[in-house]
Amino acid sequence: MAKLFAVVIVLIAIGSAIPIIMHTWPLPQDISVHGQLIDEQFADTMAEAGISFLASQILLAFFIWRFSASRPSDKIKSFPGGAMGLVIAAFLLVGTEVLALGVFGAKAWGSVYLTAPAADAIPVQVQAGQFAFYFRYPGPDGKFGPIHPDQISEANANFFGIDTTHDQDSKDDIVTAEMAIPVNREIHLLMHSKDVGHSFYVPELRVQQDFVPGLDLSVHFTATKIGKYEIVCTQLCGLGHYNMKAYLEVKSQEDYDAWIKQQAALQ
Amino acid sequence: MHDMSTHAVSHGAPTSFISKHVFSLDHKVIGKQYYALALVAAVVGMFLSWLMRIHLGWGSYAIPGLHLLSKSGAPGDVMTPEYYLQLMTMHGTIMVFFVLTTAPFAAFGNFFLPIQTGAEDMPFPHFNMMSFWVTFVAFLVMVAGFFVADGPSLGGWTQYAPLSAVGAVGGPGQGWGVVLWAASIGIFCIGQLLGSLNFITTTLDMRCKGMSLMRLPLTAWAWFITSIMGLTAFAVLMPACILLILDHVAGTSFFVPSNLVIGDHLLPHSGGSTLLWQHLFWFFGHPEVYIAIVPGLGIVSHVLITNMRRPMLSHRVLIYSMGALAVLSYMVYGHHMFVSGMNPVSAIAFSFPTLVITIPSTIVVLIWLGSLYGSKLRINSASLFSLGFVSMFISGGVSGFFLAQPSLDIMLHATYFVVGHFHLVMGVAAMFGIFAGTYFWFPKMTGRMMNETWGKVHFIMSFIGAYCIFMPFHYLGMAGNVRRYQAFTDDYLIPLIPVHKFITVAAILTGFAQLIFIVNLIYSRFKGPLAPNDNPWQGTSLEWSTATPPPHNNFGDKMPVVYHDPYQYSVEGASADFIMQTSPEKLTNPHEEK
Repeated sequence: MAKLFAVVIVLIAIGSAIPIIMHTWPLPQDISVHGQLIDEQFADTMAEAGISFLASQILLAFFIWRFSASRPSDKIKSFPGGAMGLVIAAFLLVGTEVLALGVFGAKAWGSVYLTAPAADAIPVQVQAGQFAFYFRYPGPDGKFGPIHPDQISEANANFFGIDTTHDQDSKDDIVTAEMAIPVNREIHLLMHSKDVGHSFYVPELRVQQDFVPGLDLSVHFTATKIGKYEIVCTQLCGLGHYNMKAYLEVKSQEDYDAWIKQQAALQ
Repeated sequence: MHDMSTHAVSHGAPTSFISKHVFSLDHKVIGKQYYALALVAAVVGMFLSWLMRIHLGWGSYAIPGLHLLSKSGAPGDVMTPEYYLQLMTMHGTIMVFFVLTTAPFAAFGNFFLPIQTGAEDMPFPHFNMMSFWVTFVAFLVMVAGFFVADGPSLGGWTQYAPLSAVGAVGGPGQGWGVVLWAASIGIFCIGQLLGSLNFITTTLDMRCKGMSLMRLPLTAWAWFITSIMGLTAFAVLMPACILLILDHVAGTSFFVPSNLVIGDHLLPHSGGSTLLWQHLFWFFGHPEVYIAIVPGLGIVSHVLITNMRRPMLSHRVLIYSMGALAVLSYMVYGHHMFVSGMNPVSAIAFSFPTLVITIPSTIVVLIWLGSLYGSKLRINSASLFSLGFVSMFISGGVSGFFLAQPSLDIMLHATYFVVGHFHLVMGVAAMFGIFAGTYFWFPKMTGRMMNETWGKVHFIMSFIGAYCIFMPFHYLGMAGNVRRYQAFTDDYLIPLIPVHKFITVAAILTGFAQLIFIVNLIYSRFKGPLAPNDNPWQGTSLEWSTATPPPHNNFGDKMPVVYHDPYQYSVEGASADFIMQTSPEKLTNPHEEK
């Protein structure tokens, strides 16, 4: 039984590593400027975690194989270096490893969250609600009109609760059900929820940020590849959570300009 | 350290059926009651997971008879989206609270902590009895969610506000379902607080003559450390649940900010904070992970030592490591909230302690591996589950490297990677700890032996099955597969559905292996061969020096006196390969770290 178990451990350990090594389910393609740091950090972490995983599982299997065969007359042997050696090894090896991961990881995190958006970043507002995203572009004046929660009405298609009759800044605002952005331009995404917690997750964009009712949050990013991607909700928001999604279209500047003009005409 | 003669228990042996088996003051009966509750809860939780997995693999499949569980939730026996979320919420809550907290800590701890410390009982037997019955009521209140009009809550075991706090407008189950959920967990906290008080006092104040703190077995240390965590963590969750209930029934707005609009209606709330719930919940929630797993570390170490015929390389290092895990567990809770909208600098502040917690975890694993080296390992069901625990703890631990880093959490947060991580390290590992404890202590608890062959079959199926279920979860997470979805309709998720089907088949097969365990447990309880003697595994700690099963006051007429550190196996020059703690034999070369 011991030998069977040891073999099973080794097979599981190697079997678990194969899809990683073969890239069977790789990370989704990266279409962001900041994503490279994240992906490098992911690869480094995978290497360190993978080596730790394989080494300790195989060692466990070997010790089970070897020492379950001990005879009652055998003497107990102590691991070379004893407990203190292992404690020092843990501090040195794992301590250095996690310190390195922490420092470099903080750098990757900081590149996304601790930098200010560029002055010419395109502002886009996104509102999450059960179970849809809506987007708002400020129009030619570059300003968003104020939101009046009491005027939010799905029935009247006033998803943001904007008052185009009284608020000058709202008059040219463009509200859409899908998001389009120009390629290689920084986007400053201004996020709020109208009801409960939601999240904005685009795996290819390496962006995930919760919507927190009562808080105005923002993220900024630059998409580098033209295409159509899915924005999905990752924060449990009710029965339609699984189906809460929108499309993100990354377009060339010309296509984007045409699209925004077309959307403005539809308002 | 105390002489037990000063600590006569306040209650005599029970005389009636009710006082012996129902409202018992005896810690051993209470321990078994907790075990039975955890077993029932585990069966319910596992059954729910089967339903969920079938739905995830084959969403349109009609599960025969499902409408009997809920007419509105499963019309035509096909699960609705909201019913999936309701089952998922109940699965998570029942498993975390009523199985993973109850079995390794409350069940085994109640039965064995007083015996291992050399006490006649816990110091507050009435509190102890209340702790179980309060927990039992909590379970009934939780299950009652299935019987209210729109079913139990669908908000997940984390019950994030404001979805959990806005009431029925939030969706099915968000009215009475949430109130029952919060009431149940609030009541559960009371039970844990009463239990923790007893555990702490037993450890500090009820030890027999000669039993210094360092002579306590690693199990006793694990329960002691866990009870300190329980006392502080549940004391935070309970008021959070009270505030949540008040938001429902008293018109308060602790967790609901102003200007929220649901169904075109402006909610009448204002002034609350959404993130307040997350802080309160995770301040409890992360220590809870260790409340579930630290007793397992103790049980597995204890079982392995007996089956390796040697002490761990260092008793103290393991104790200090478990203590470090407990202390650090309070400093890391924010890693659940990296992308929650909390200040991004806080994410870095929470990231470093999370990474640092891998150091004591690694030390524990290295001490286990280093102690296996050169041992005389015996293979039986208990030691197999302990070694399986080590493997799961390693696998679940390394995926923690990823989730400790906010930059990677951007990709992995709320995906199946997280689900795979916590199921391996907190779910499967903790369950393996429970199984190891069961196979190991069954003779002491019942006087009979469990079937070893079926135990080994149970083990190998569970071990392979658990990996087949939870390792692919990590791959799904890396591909961006979001958790808590009842169906995968996104273009990029559809190609992943075959993986979900594979996992479903694995989950059903692994579940059947658990049925083998349950049959073995119940059959052996009544028909298993009698334990050959009071110490079938040749153990050294106090539970093996008393009768099987132990008498009402644990040690009969003569209270134990302890002469040695707990694990005197294979001592050079000793009369046998194990010297019990109560043996007055003088050892010339004992394993003691003075």
